[in-house]
Amino acid sequence: MSQLVDQGTLTKKDFASKQDVRWCPGCGDYSILSSVQSVMPEIGVPKEKIVFVSGIGCSSRFPHYMSTYGFHSIHGRAPSVATGLKLANPDLSVWVVTGDGDGLSIGGNHLIHCIRRNIDLKILLFNNKIYGLTKGQYSPTSDVGTKAKSTPYGSIDRAFNAISVAIGSQATFVARTIDTDPKHMQEIFKRAAEHKGTAFVEILQNCVIFNDKVHSPITSPENKIANQLRLEHGKPMLFGKDNKNGVRLNPNTLDLEIVEVGSNGITEQNILVHDEKRINPTIHFLTGELDTPAALGVIRNVEGPNFEEEVYKQITKVKELKGEGNLEKLLNSGETWTIE
Amino acid sequence: MSQTKTVEEIETIELDRVVIRFAGDSGDGMQVTGGQFTTTSAIAGNSLATFPDYPAEIRAPQGTLPGVSGFQIQLGEIDIYTAGDEPDVLVAMNPAALKVNIKDIKKGGTIIVNQDAFTKTGLDKAGYASNPIEDDSLSSYRVIPTQITKLTRLALEESKLDSRSKDRCKNFFALGLMYWIYSRPLETTKDWIKEKFAKKPDIVDANLKALQAGYNYGITVEALPTYVVKSATIQPGKYRNITGNQATILGLIAASQKSSTPIFLGSYPITPASDILHELSKYKEFGVVTFQAEDEIAAVCSAIGASFGGAIGVTSTSGPGLALKSEAVGLAVKTELPLVIIDVQRAGPSTGMPTKTEQSDLLFAMYGRHGESPVCILAPSTPSDCYEMAFEATRLALEFMTPVILLSDGYLANGSEPWLIPSSEELPIINNHLIDPQKSQDEPFLPYSRDENLVRNWAIPGMAGFEHRISGLEGQEGSGSISYDPENHERMTETRKKKIKNIQKSIPPLEVFGETSGDLLVLGWGGTYGTIRAAVEELQKEGKSVSQAHLRYLNPFPSNFEEVLRSYNKVLVPEINDGQLSRLIKADFLINAHCLNKVQGQPFKVRELKEAVSRLIEN
Ligand code: SF4
Repeated sequence: MSQLVDQGTLTKKDFASKQDVRWCPGCGDYSILSSVQSVMPEIGVPKEKIVFVSGIGCSSRFPHYMSTYGFHSIHGRAPSVATGLKLANPDLSVWVVTGDGDGLSIGGNHLIHCIRRNIDLKILLFNNKIYGLTKGQYSPTSDVGTKAKSTPYGSIDRAFNAISVAIGSQATFVARTIDTDPKHMQEIFKRAAEHKGTAFVEILQNCVIFNDKVHSPITSPENKIANQLRLEHGKPMLFGKDNKNGVRLNPNTLDLEIVEVGSNGITEQNILVHDEKRINPTIHFLTGELDTPAALGVIRNVEGPNFEEEVYKQITKVKELKGEGNLEKLLNSGETWTIE
Repeated sequence: MSQTKTVEEIETIELDRVVIRFAGDSGDGMQVTGGQFTTTSAIAGNSLATFPDYPAEIRAPQGTLPGVSGFQIQLGEIDIYTAGDEPDVLVAMNPAALKVNIKDIKKGGTIIVNQDAFTKTGLDKAGYASNPIEDDSLSSYRVIPTQITKLTRLALEESKLDSRSKDRCKNFFALGLMYWIYSRPLETTKDWIKEKFAKKPDIVDANLKALQAGYNYGITVEALPTYVVKSATIQPGKYRNITGNQATILGLIAASQKSSTPIFLGSYPITPASDILHELSKYKEFGVVTFQAEDEIAAVCSAIGASFGGAIGVTSTSGPGLALKSEAVGLAVKTELPLVIIDVQRAGPSTGMPTKTEQSDLLFAMYGRHGESPVCILAPSTPSDCYEMAFEATRLALEFMTPVILLSDGYLANGSEPWLIPSSEELPIINNHLIDPQKSQDEPFLPYSRDENLVRNWAIPGMAGFEHRISGLEGQEGSGSISYDPENHERMTETRKKKIKNIQKSIPPLEVFGETSGDLLVLGWGGTYGTIRAAVEELQKEGKSVSQAHLRYLNPFPSNFEEVLRSYNKVLVPEINDGQLSRLIKADFLINAHCLNKVQGQPFKVRELKEAVSRLIEN
């Protein structure tokens, strides 16, 4: 063992561990796992430098199924563990796998601060709008009225929009994809891998057991044409059959409106062009908030100072200023005196 | 030192020791004044110990009782282990400072008060119905009313500073006066002022003038006696003054150097541990990464992540923070990663008394996790011992792949003492458990295969061919892959316990001060060392059969611990808690340890210990 494997020859199956995958049959997690494994040979990072870190939940079993380094930690804390890891070794490609409960409820604080710092982590948030591992309680992304074990009469509290949380936390990269479209997932994961800084990816994932078809209005074959807005940088935000529908910015209300191209005098000229690089996050925020159609793709992708880089820049600067640390000198520093 | 002299009789009186307390409003600079008096006395060769006492509020309303800040120092030509039970001298900058401290002052002691602060408003704020300088309530003390504010203003008449800034110099006037009384040179403080305020020449000038004016005032009033405390016989060498928190970070850096393992500190501000974060953040030239996390949990988890990445993860906190970190410490126990958790204990429960010391987290450190979750626990005994114990904590974490809790406390953290600077060469090399990727390993790599001490292998991301997963879930012996096998779980529980027990082989036996057997052993741990030592020394001189043992390793205990305990008729365990170590001893050895407990947020007094020992010996 310990021979260096030629990275170029690695394939998807080289990234699968020997651990039996134990998600429920039909769970959306399977296709996410498969897409991640497919992308790994293509991100240009040697396998030993890739690490998957997770918290607790169905999705958090993920690292066990990868043959890379992995750390299955405790509930909600994956962003913190990953932050320490990345700061200890900025050379690593660190992926955080979390869910709507793990990332937005118990670990909400860590998630927002991690994004705020823009540390170079790839965060994959599997959003199934339910707690799966604890057997079916509503989550912070559950729609109001969700009938779950702890809410037999329907949930009352308002739901988080994961994308809005990320943008509100000053994210530099925000994307959304769906478990039913491996090609799209892979493309988004690659884009996330390329981004320098925190890359936040929400994956609409189906929990067949406790919240089956919750994303069907967006993902099902009958609905996908009408209800998916596929974003492409520099392209007009068109969707629907024959791209008949589009998104327009109403300058008076600062709202996004769904319009039909060709009716009421609306032409393609009136359709908002998706610009993922816009510094001002307002339109990205509005885009993420759309529900039918839901925006899929890279919503936001801007540059920002990168936490771990700044940390090491500072260390280098201090070393230049003070010279490499010398223990003997340090022990003898401050006010000293000698007793003869 | 209570005898009064007439002007003609003024002479210098020799003292073998003296206890002085500086007290004033938290804005009056009493910590600086005390600190300067300390350095000057240390350079003069005194043995000494100090104890700062901060108010809990950053700026409680000026002149009020909660706003009083104090600094106590004991200096002597004999060995000094504590800041002293009862001050011989109190410097009180306002009525509140007098009111808060008067109960501690030795009867017949000297009180220097800033008379100018004893106005109607000042007295009202402190809750004095009549002026204590004028009524006879202080008749059992020697009171020296001094117009510190007025005299400072006069000395600074020509200064360009505004009157508020001028008034802020009055602590240097008081310090100058104390230097004269205790026959101390001004040079050290003068140099300090020049360096500290180098960018503000007006302030340098004003402070120097105030200092000199205070000193000169001592000469001119003539009514004051002067004293000298001769140098102690101190081991020759180079010294510096050091607080527990400073010593802690030096120990961490030293361990990082000796193990060639970079330090990562994840921390969240909390009194009285924040200085560890502040201080370590200064030393980036050692490649130290300090991370101020969003909360206590993120702080410890980031440290765990860093350890997974090949650094030594450290997190510093106090009781409330340790409580929050509890689940994550369990993760480090299960994953068997090196981790140093520094708990600078303070009075609890809950927010408790943040600036006051206590030793009440021992049982929490020992048992405060779910599941069977043993960790190694150490406790430094003096401020400078924090250096050695922080080094030890790091060494054991790395050599045994385990979390180590270092139980410092508020008394050690902020207390300071002169420290004979050790040479970095005296320290051992630390062998961390990183595998050598060049050497052949098990095939496939087993992260939980173990050496003779049951310590597992440490492979880190970046090492090709050693990719593995670790988890909070129970793992199969050897491979670490998820396992719910009942027997495996029992075996792993046993293994984790034995590994901690094996640390015994790597730590020194418990030493005894005094006879190795006899009537009574006073057994302490942590910050009570100095007080116990002072009490035991005095008792021994009085002919009592009393010895002292002080635990610095609390889990596991040193291997000879039980033997030491059984060598005495009685064991007394003084603790700044409600009886925690004593409970462990009773549970582990069925030895009837006697407790002496104090839960006032204050250290023991030597007198209290001596009384307790005498009572116990007589019964
Ligand atoms: S409970 Fe739901 S989310 Fe969890 S594994 Fe089963 S299907 Fe997937």
